[in-house]
Amino acid sequence: MLVYIAKRLAVAVPTLMLLIIISFLLMHAAPGGPFTQERQLPAQVLANLEAKYGLDQPLWKQLASYVWGIIAHFDFGPSFIYKDRTVNEIVAQGFPVTLYYGFLSFLVAVFVGVSLGIAAAIRHNTWLDYLAVGVSIGAQVLPNFVMAPILLLTFTYWLRWLPGGGWEGGQWQYVIMPVIALSTSFMASIARITRASMLEVLTSNHIRTARAKGLPERKVIMRHALKPALLPVLSYLGPAFVTMITGSVVVDFFFSTGGIGKSFVDSALNRDYAVMLGITILVGSLTILFNLVVDILYAWIDPKIRY
Amino acid sequence: MMNKLLLTTALTVCLALPSVAATVAEGDKLAENQEYTYWLLDAIKSMDPQINTDVEGSGVLRALFEGLYDEDQVGNLVPGVATGYELSDDKTTYTFHLRDNAKWSNGDPVTANDFVYAWKRLADPKTASEYAWYMELMQVVNAAKIIAGEMPVDDLGIKAVDDHTFEVKIEAPLPYFPQMLTHASTFPVNQKVIEQFGDKWTEAGNLVGNGAYVLKEHILGEKVVMERNPLYWDDEHTVITKATALTINDNSAALTRYLAGELDRVDIPAGQYPSLKEQYPDQAVSVPQSCSYIYMFNLDEAKGPAALKDVRVRKALSYAIDRDIIVDKILQGGQAPSYNWTHAATAGFEMPDIDYSHWTQEERNTKAKELLAEAGYGPDNPLKLTLNYNTSENHKKIAIAVQQFWKGVGVEMTPNNMEWKVHTDKMQNQDFEVARYAWCGDYNEASTYLDLFTSYSGHNNGKFFNDRYDAIMKESKTSANPAPLYKEAEQILAENMPFAPIYQYTKVEMIKPDMRGMSTHNLMQNWYIKDMYRVAN
Repeated sequence: MLVYIAKRLAVAVPTLMLLIIISFLLMHAAPGGPFTQERQLPAQVLANLEAKYGLDQPLWKQLASYVWGIIAHFDFGPSFIYKDRTVNEIVAQGFPVTLYYGFLSFLVAVFVGVSLGIAAAIRHNTWLDYLAVGVSIGAQVLPNFVMAPILLLTFTYWLRWLPGGGWEGGQWQYVIMPVIALSTSFMASIARITRASMLEVLTSNHIRTARAKGLPERKVIMRHALKPALLPVLSYLGPAFVTMITGSVVVDFFFSTGGIGKSFVDSALNRDYAVMLGITILVGSLTILFNLVVDILYAWIDPKIRY
Repeated sequence: MMNKLLLTTALTVCLALPSVAATVAEGDKLAENQEYTYWLLDAIKSMDPQINTDVEGSGVLRALFEGLYDEDQVGNLVPGVATGYELSDDKTTYTFHLRDNAKWSNGDPVTANDFVYAWKRLADPKTASEYAWYMELMQVVNAAKIIAGEMPVDDLGIKAVDDHTFEVKIEAPLPYFPQMLTHASTFPVNQKVIEQFGDKWTEAGNLVGNGAYVLKEHILGEKVVMERNPLYWDDEHTVITKATALTINDNSAALTRYLAGELDRVDIPAGQYPSLKEQYPDQAVSVPQSCSYIYMFNLDEAKGPAALKDVRVRKALSYAIDRDIIVDKILQGGQAPSYNWTHAATAGFEMPDIDYSHWTQEERNTKAKELLAEAGYGPDNPLKLTLNYNTSENHKKIAIAVQQFWKGVGVEMTPNNMEWKVHTDKMQNQDFEVARYAWCGDYNEASTYLDLFTSYSGHNNGKFFNDRYDAIMKESKTSANPAPLYKEAEQILAENMPFAPIYQYTKVEMIKPDMRGMSTHNLMQNWYIKDMYRVAN
């Protein structure tokens, strides 16, 4: 197992490197640069700026010094747009925010999603099943950019229960709407996957055996059906977890949380090269890490899997 | 307006105007709560006056710092750190007298050296300021060469005669020079603090300013919190105790939060002004804003389409646009249909008599068809064009409307939507046929618009060249009364139609009814929190 983990981590390094190179090239291939603006800069001013940020160097040199900065000093460079800040500072401010609301959303989505899915599968073709399926389809088709304004109108404008945005260090009243907006569609997907997989497991041989030997239904579900039913859910959860903790542009956009979801999209639009690369590397590393975690969890859940 | 005339015409002026900080109107009873919360569309990019580039940042900078002059609520100059100035006989040396009670928020006195340091910092290639060109625009002696790295920064034509006397030499007389001094890039900065903290000097806690407010908190993408600066020279007349700017990227979300009582001021999303005005007549306001919206034609020798080189075609395209439909049915925020380039409300600007502005739309359409036929286009040989515009709901709606207007005169136009940076990049490389464009004035004077179409302008993306136009604009720089020259320049634009004017901006906002001292009639939208106050109901 340890050898397996070491191997996977070793592969991660070239994968990340490739990710950096491809992102870097794609970014530079996009028309315009960080200082392209409607109010065109005089050539000399532009030259001064490019010299300051090293953009006058050949591409390979920029890439090399960027990578070297990360390896040698863990320095992801300055933001070209938010000039008072470095990429490290932007991520240090925004990532804890998205991590917090993302992690809470994940817990909510898993807890509610799995419960709904199991309930629907056990009470297959009853009103409970229909309700659960209805709710999850409803949640799935309601994109969060529609949901966010509805939440705002309901809880901020009509009911006046919750502040309409901001973060204030993560006080609970500021976290509720982001969590609802972010978790809903994931919850729906988890519910559907759990239900389908549970239905399949419930008709399998080992469940029939368990029932045949007279085990109470609760035990059949909890001990024999749940674990195998969760395998497909688990492979969904790995990437979903990363997506959630690295934030949602929609949540940041509507609720002014100051998270990195918005910074990521902005950096691409602004050609803020260093910020974009920094967040890409963060998301890439987390994706690699959590795919590995999921694979390890697989082995734990399903003793048939061995690495 | 009087002050401006005074500033621009008198040979030697010594200004001693009363300051206006929060002049509480007679009969107004101040509310107990004097906190003010307003909306920012996006995060503030920088709190450094010489680095900041955007309008929202300037709003915050005007609270944290103070330049030589401020503006009052209609845009007239009022003393800031300067109490007055003298202008030399040749109109190229300004000697500013600085007040002796101006202080930095750390207690240091604000001196002429602080201005010298800030202005040099703006021009210095090492600072790499995107607004370095502003020093060039102000025509400060040697600015251009310093920015180009051909001269040491110490040769900039400014000096501190003594602690309270700041002298500026400019290359040639510039009638609107004083107006340019309210721009945030000219604000002083504290050398000691910058040298102590380096790039980190703009963080809350480090930042030392000379404005009416100090920075308490700045969380990127969430909020900026400012509190009263008790050391500000006019703190006594400042009323608002705390100002908070909340970043809300979605305008509709911001409006919802305004209506829920979380904000005191917010922009109105497109198309919602009429209904809000009806529902909240005391809160919805629409005031002119110094920006002009046009469709630029590409006249570039090599890259411009042949059809657009024909002035008849350009005129026809411009005539065929029904601007009333665009402002009344699409934008609905009190915007003005436009037949010229300079914003009509610009100080000292006299609107020329532009023929087609008086015609009915039918007359314009008829004329457009005639001109196109003369140019050889008609049903058998329809003119085909593409229009580039950047992603925005309004740009799209206008593009679709114009497509219909042009179809009416037999022109087939294909709108191309592109991301902002791509659109800009294509425009600047003359890689377009017709392109959406807008320009906002840097200062309240017509040359901020008209300079753009000179052959030597860096922003003339449509590559319109006209010798007479260049000559007029050059002459206007030294003329005591440039208004007739500007009028002629506008006539040249109307005759040559290098772009189709579409509309002139207004700012449509919701403002809480108990707010006073808002600069809603300042065309440049330069407002100062120190002038505001809340009244008790």
